[in-house]
Amino acid sequence: MSRIPLAGLVGATAALFALAISLIFFYAPNDPNQGLSQRIFYFHVPIALTAYTCFGWGAWKALLHLWRRPEGADLESYVAIHQGVIFGSLTLLTGSIWARISWGVWWVWGDDELVLFLVLFLFYCAYFMLRYSVEDGPARANMCAVYALFGVVLIPISFFAIRLSRSIIHPEVFKLSGPQMAGSQFLTFCVALVAMLFLFATLYQTELAGKRLDLKLRELRELLA
Amino acid sequence: MRYASAVVALARKDLLLELRAKETVPAMLLFVLAALTVFHFAVPTGTSQTAALGLLWVAIIFTALLGLTRAFVPEREQGLLDALLLAPCDRSAIWLAKAFSVFAFLVIAELLALPAFSLFFAGVGWATVAAALLADIGISAVGTLVGAMAVAGRARELLLPLLFLPLAIPIVVGGVGASSGTHGHYLAFLVLYDAVFCLLSWAAFEYVVSET
Repeated sequence: MSRIPLAGLVGATAALFALAISLIFFYAPNDPNQGLSQRIFYFHVPIALTAYTCFGWGAWKALLHLWRRPEGADLESYVAIHQGVIFGSLTLLTGSIWARISWGVWWVWGDDELVLFLVLFLFYCAYFMLRYSVEDGPARANMCAVYALFGVVLIPISFFAIRLSRSIIHPEVFKLSGPQMAGSQFLTFCVALVAMLFLFATLYQTELAGKRLDLKLRELRELLA
Repeated sequence: MRYASAVVALARKDLLLELRAKETVPAMLLFVLAALTVFHFAVPTGTSQTAALGLLWVAIIFTALLGLTRAFVPEREQGLLDALLLAPCDRSAIWLAKAFSVFAFLVIAELLALPAFSLFFAGVGWATVAAALLADIGISAVGTLVGAMAVAGRARELLLPLLFLPLAIPIVVGGVGASSGTHGHYLAFLVLYDAVFCLLSWAAFEYVVSET
């Protein structure tokens, strides 16, 4: 991912978003039950999947940090989780808006996917508390990596726990037999998902570049002092 | 064999320290009684048994937090952790011994909490006792690991609940489920949680305390 130049990534993201938005509003058919409001699906679900991708990517970098100890893996893991929390907040926001329109309430405790997402969101918010209360250094990098790895174990465990205890009103769109929607809807969804993943890649590279510059500047300052 | 003797020696040290200083367990006992009393007045009379059982689990989790906050304080204050890291034994032995002493404290607290709960609210069945024991294993495993993380930070007492509570949510789900209604699934789930997180914490502890 780091070999693609940032300008190219930005251009691709912009083009994909233009395509995705025009597909969402002009190509995808109107939902017979929910009407226009169903179109938030093409934002909400890709954002949620991107948030999970961010957490997964952060955990993978954390594992690399503990295993092979490459330079900068700790920073990459942090940036990925930071982006994950941003996409996570957007998921909660878009989800609440959709829930208000579709189910009539902002939040439903009876639904396992909502509760699971909130638990994970809180978990990853605590990651920042940990990171900023421990002094910078190899000890902090190790702790943050271990905590990030706990996250990917917590995801399936909590999912299982909540599934045991609660009913589901979340629409189950993706089943083993294939997606439960029309071909045009699925195409729009896929384009929106790719656009969102590209947005993540762009933001990730931008933040990473900034952080690396910051580190370099600090090193130069120390050399001068 | 050396590993086992290291674990036994470290756990013995913790228990002996507690026996002499009596810093943690009396506080946990008082806290769990006070919490149950607060719950008794906080909920309206005639609350269903399911709701009351939820309160028991809240009390257990918060009492555990109280004990976990204290768990690594002697090590940090006396600089003992650095000395332990220099010792020629596997570092996970430190985790195992600490988790064992936390587990022991929790069991002692629950020896008071469960009878007190059945006195104040409703009787507890065997499933609740089994669930509490299984939950204690998970709490002490995960809690000891995040306790070691939190104690390295500046805001240790503040940090621990933030790190621990999201990880403890599956325990609460399993515990409440096991104490009310279909026990089998939930007890099996608690066993799964314990197995996964014990293994993970055991493997990860070395990285949490190492400085390189």
